[in-house]
Amino acid sequence: MSTKSQQSQTNRGRIRIEGFDAEAVEKRDPLSAWQPELETKEAKSRTYYAWRRFKRNRLALFGAVIVTAMVLLTVFARPWGLPEWIPYLGGATVQPFSLAAQDPATQDILVGYQPPTVEHLLNWPPSTLHIFGTDWAGRDLFARTIYGGRYSLSIGFIAVGVALLVGVPLGSIAGYYGGYVDEFIMRIVDMLYAFPFIVLAIAVITILGRGYWEIVLALIVVGWLSYARIIRGEILSVKQNEYVTAAKALGARDRSIIIKHIMPNAMAPVIVQATLSVGTVVLTAAALGFLGLGLSPATAEWGVMLNVEQDSMARGNWWAGLFPGLALFFFVMAINLIGDGVRDAFDPQGDKKGSGGFR
Amino acid sequence: MALLEVEDLNVRFYTEDGVVKATNDLSYQIEAGERFGVVGESGAGKSVTSLALMRLIEEPGVVESGEIRFKGQNLLDLEYEEMRQIRGNEIAMIFQDAETALNPAYTVGEQISEAIRVHLGLNEEAAKERAIEKLESVGIPDAPQRYTDYPHQFSGGMQQRAVIAMALSCDPDLIIADEPTTALDVTIEAQILSLLEDICTETDTAIQLITHDLGVVAEFCERVMVMYAGHPVEMATVEDLYYNPQHPYTVGLMSSIPRIGDNRDRLQTIPGRMPDLIENPPGCNFHPRCPYAEEVCTRMEPPLVDVETGVELEEVASDQQTAACLEHTGDLQKGLDYTVTVREETSMEADGGVTDE
Amino acid sequence: MSDSEPLVRAEGLKKYYESETDFIDRLLGRRSWVKAVDGVSLEIQEGETLGLVGESGCGKSSVGRTLLQLQEATEGSVYYRGTDITELSSSELRDLRQDVQLIFQNPQSSLNPRLTISDIIGEALDIHDIVDDKQRRDKKIKELLDRVGLNASHANRYPHEFSGGQLQRIGIARALAVEPDFIVCDEPVSALDVSVQAQILNLLEDLQNEFGISYLFIAHDLSVVEHIADRIAVMYLGKIVEVGTPEELFSPPQHPYTEALLSAIPEPDPKWEPDRILLEGTVPSPIDPPSGCSFHTRCPRVIPPKDFAFEQTEWRSLLDLRLRIVDRELSLDKIAADSDSQGMDAALRDLFNIPQPLSDPQAEDILSEALSHLEEHDFEAAEEILSEAFVSPCSVHEPELQQIEHGRAACHLYDSRYDDGSIEPEVRP
Repeated sequence: MSTKSQQSQTNRGRIRIEGFDAEAVEKRDPLSAWQPELETKEAKSRTYYAWRRFKRNRLALFGAVIVTAMVLLTVFARPWGLPEWIPYLGGATVQPFSLAAQDPATQDILVGYQPPTVEHLLNWPPSTLHIFGTDWAGRDLFARTIYGGRYSLSIGFIAVGVALLVGVPLGSIAGYYGGYVDEFIMRIVDMLYAFPFIVLAIAVITILGRGYWEIVLALIVVGWLSYARIIRGEILSVKQNEYVTAAKALGARDRSIIIKHIMPNAMAPVIVQATLSVGTVVLTAAALGFLGLGLSPATAEWGVMLNVEQDSMARGNWWAGLFPGLALFFFVMAINLIGDGVRDAFDPQGDKKGSGGFR
Repeated sequence: MALLEVEDLNVRFYTEDGVVKATNDLSYQIEAGERFGVVGESGAGKSVTSLALMRLIEEPGVVESGEIRFKGQNLLDLEYEEMRQIRGNEIAMIFQDAETALNPAYTVGEQISEAIRVHLGLNEEAAKERAIEKLESVGIPDAPQRYTDYPHQFSGGMQQRAVIAMALSCDPDLIIADEPTTALDVTIEAQILSLLEDICTETDTAIQLITHDLGVVAEFCERVMVMYAGHPVEMATVEDLYYNPQHPYTVGLMSSIPRIGDNRDRLQTIPGRMPDLIENPPGCNFHPRCPYAEEVCTRMEPPLVDVETGVELEEVASDQQTAACLEHTGDLQKGLDYTVTVREETSMEADGGVTDE
Repeated sequence: MSDSEPLVRAEGLKKYYESETDFIDRLLGRRSWVKAVDGVSLEIQEGETLGLVGESGCGKSSVGRTLLQLQEATEGSVYYRGTDITELSSSELRDLRQDVQLIFQNPQSSLNPRLTISDIIGEALDIHDIVDDKQRRDKKIKELLDRVGLNASHANRYPHEFSGGQLQRIGIARALAVEPDFIVCDEPVSALDVSVQAQILNLLEDLQNEFGISYLFIAHDLSVVEHIADRIAVMYLGKIVEVGTPEELFSPPQHPYTEALLSAIPEPDPKWEPDRILLEGTVPSPIDPPSGCSFHTRCPRVIPPKDFAFEQTEWRSLLDLRLRIVDRELSLDKIAADSDSQGMDAALRDLFNIPQPLSDPQAEDILSEALSHLEEHDFEAAEEILSEAFVSPCSVHEPELQQIEHGRAACHLYDSRYDDGSIEPEVRP
């Protein structure tokens, strides 16, 4: 057997082809003006392609326009002063414009029902004076709706932002180091996940009491969980990439590996999730307000407004609830459109579209 | 009439970056029971060709023109339902990655017998029996017991055998095998190739084997088509192709493989890389990488011609050698200058050229 | 081998991975180990290329990663220029990274898609403070790109804009940036097309000639390894079974596994007549490797027991039957159903190609007794009878690498103590 196999081994490599002179091609002048694509195209990063895909997504752009418009409306709704407690500058006006003619807290008794009674609360239908009508206390609904956005929107952005700052580092540590650190952090996440979102938020508010920052805190407590979980999963998979091993082989430090190699490649799903949850958080804040657990009943927050106008809506004063409700609806919808757009923009499948799935 | 006749097939992908010309005027035939190889580097359009045969080209890809006649019937004219009947039944496909070709949620046996029930209309009992028979025929030991195993319980080689069993389940006339052994170890590869060869001879099934491995082609195929940038550049019997290549690209490929027992210090290379099929070089697509290219190559697109007569052929006989190089139409000034030496035997000069040196 | 200390030397290297267990299992101490590398010793001289070949899952990549201390060795030592690097502190290890580097199989996943080429190569320079100012950094990056055959003006591009071969060149440039003396090349050309593969192989050889780098070249493709390596080590199930120069390895006497592996390589020559040794079965699981020589379950030249006069193929078939009985992988009902007329005994002999009768009458008696137990579906009894009577030294004693006619192999066939199939090796002739 072995002698036969020696025979066949020596018969390997019988054919030899010579004369295909590769160097001649490298040395000669190009025969034609044709250049490979790489030479002619400009260098573009993946972020550039993601941004280009986002820009091409009309629905997402539409969402972005709505959100921008709503942010501008709330900012310019009424003049904006610095808080009184800031030394020297306290009370100074930073933003002097006011889109709403009336103050959202001023009761316009004159246009109220005559005579004003408790039974006939002060709801006026939309008119030229109050384009959205007035609420039960005769306050201008247009002013309250656009001014109220300050609460809803800021709660949304702040709560999501801080929750990211909590969830992303914790999840990253759990994912990168693994072992007992991972077990510890993820079991806390599992435990908190066992409660329904809103119940947990209500529990936090019951403990802390009502108020703007209390609500933000409650939403952070429930919000960081999903980011921690998502980033951990992403890091576990990104960690497998050989460029991480390559960085280790070069002697890079853990911190630099996480910041330079792992995080940038793990963030996309977290960013998508964060965008989408701005909507959820605003809705949750409104729900808390609607349940009477949010800000004080006099506040022009959209959820609170819906709550206190329940009775007048039941009496047929449709405008009392319609406008804050619509504002809430448009904002959350726009955020979701943006979120979907961001997701599609980051989708690596989109990159492949460049070659059309062509193999 | 050949079993499969592909004529002037053009597949295009309309992408954001431009139109990808995946295959260009591709024509070839496969006879019943023939082992036909398609060779080329990645991006040469090999896989697209097989997907087109199965009518599995998806958005944004389109079969722009051409005919694919299977037993004389143009597959491109068929209704969806008629085509579905042919897929898996008369033309079966074997993929590179057996693991993803099998559904992890069902047992291997169920997947094979389902294909049998759908295509042959057998009842459950008969389908199961046939599936076990097929599993046995591809050399899976203890097939009745393995019938109820899930894909993950099979090793890589066994998974590929199961995929072959599935392809064989309805006794197809043509099997398209797309890199069936690339993911496997050499010892397993040898097993799978000898299995496929047995199938071919025993059941008169034709196989179109797509691969980048010139060793596999030499071992398995009878006739070969070499593809470059979506074009067929040479078509010949394996003996002709390996002992007497007639297209510079084939020559380059053949001289760049490391061969055991050949003690060259340096390997020959083909400079540069394949164009991306969106903007192909003018004239002969290979000219920017070809050491024999001349000015004329940038102007004229070479037709696929008989290397002896220099004439384009309507119908290619199975022993004819054709190549798409201007050398064979007499347009090259200096000719192709290379030698093929076979050790311990006679040394052959390249005889396709009009002039040597 | 040579008197001088080799550049890299591994001794009794073991790498066990914990097979997938969950938290509870770990608490309860239920663990099982995948023996990826199970006692590997090798040395690499300065300027030498050692090829490491084997089938997937044989542990060749783990050897590479453990040599570089990217994974902690379970047991054993790795010496680099005489220092045991398994004992180094993390800062000493970081300094070592300037001397030893790694090139990967998959060029796509080995380059961070969010960094430009100059960032990727520059990182290597920054970590070890190889250049001090930006201008010299840029110049060095350009030099490196130029050296590996890339257009230096592409330094600000991102990986997705390059082809596989170009990406592999970038990976090589990154490894070269720290000016290493030793590079582990982990299947560097497996993902590339033939013509590009040749370009990369030539580049690696040029770099070796220019800088005197030593390579550990890990690959599954023997024809590539034969071309580039000065010496080749063949691995099977976590162990090195044969080492030698390509000429030594490619000519008999060989380890039966090397022989089979070689014969399986397709030859790009249609008129070449293969004399193929088809290995039966699949590679056993590294969680529970076979006793003795781990190749004995598939070896076509497994040594027959000394008390019987077997033909080689006969003995192999008998051993196959025994292994299948041990694994209980026989559907006796189906076998019986398919062979109603001839009976179980004949059907089983048919299935395993065992002649009737065996050439050795004594063995024949034992076999027919075992088969009659199988007829009654009594696997235990059949197993007991066969395992007791037919014992090969290959299934008992683990072979060690030893000098054979040329090169070194771990096989009892080349150990005169087992010439007669004896299983007591203590008595040395």
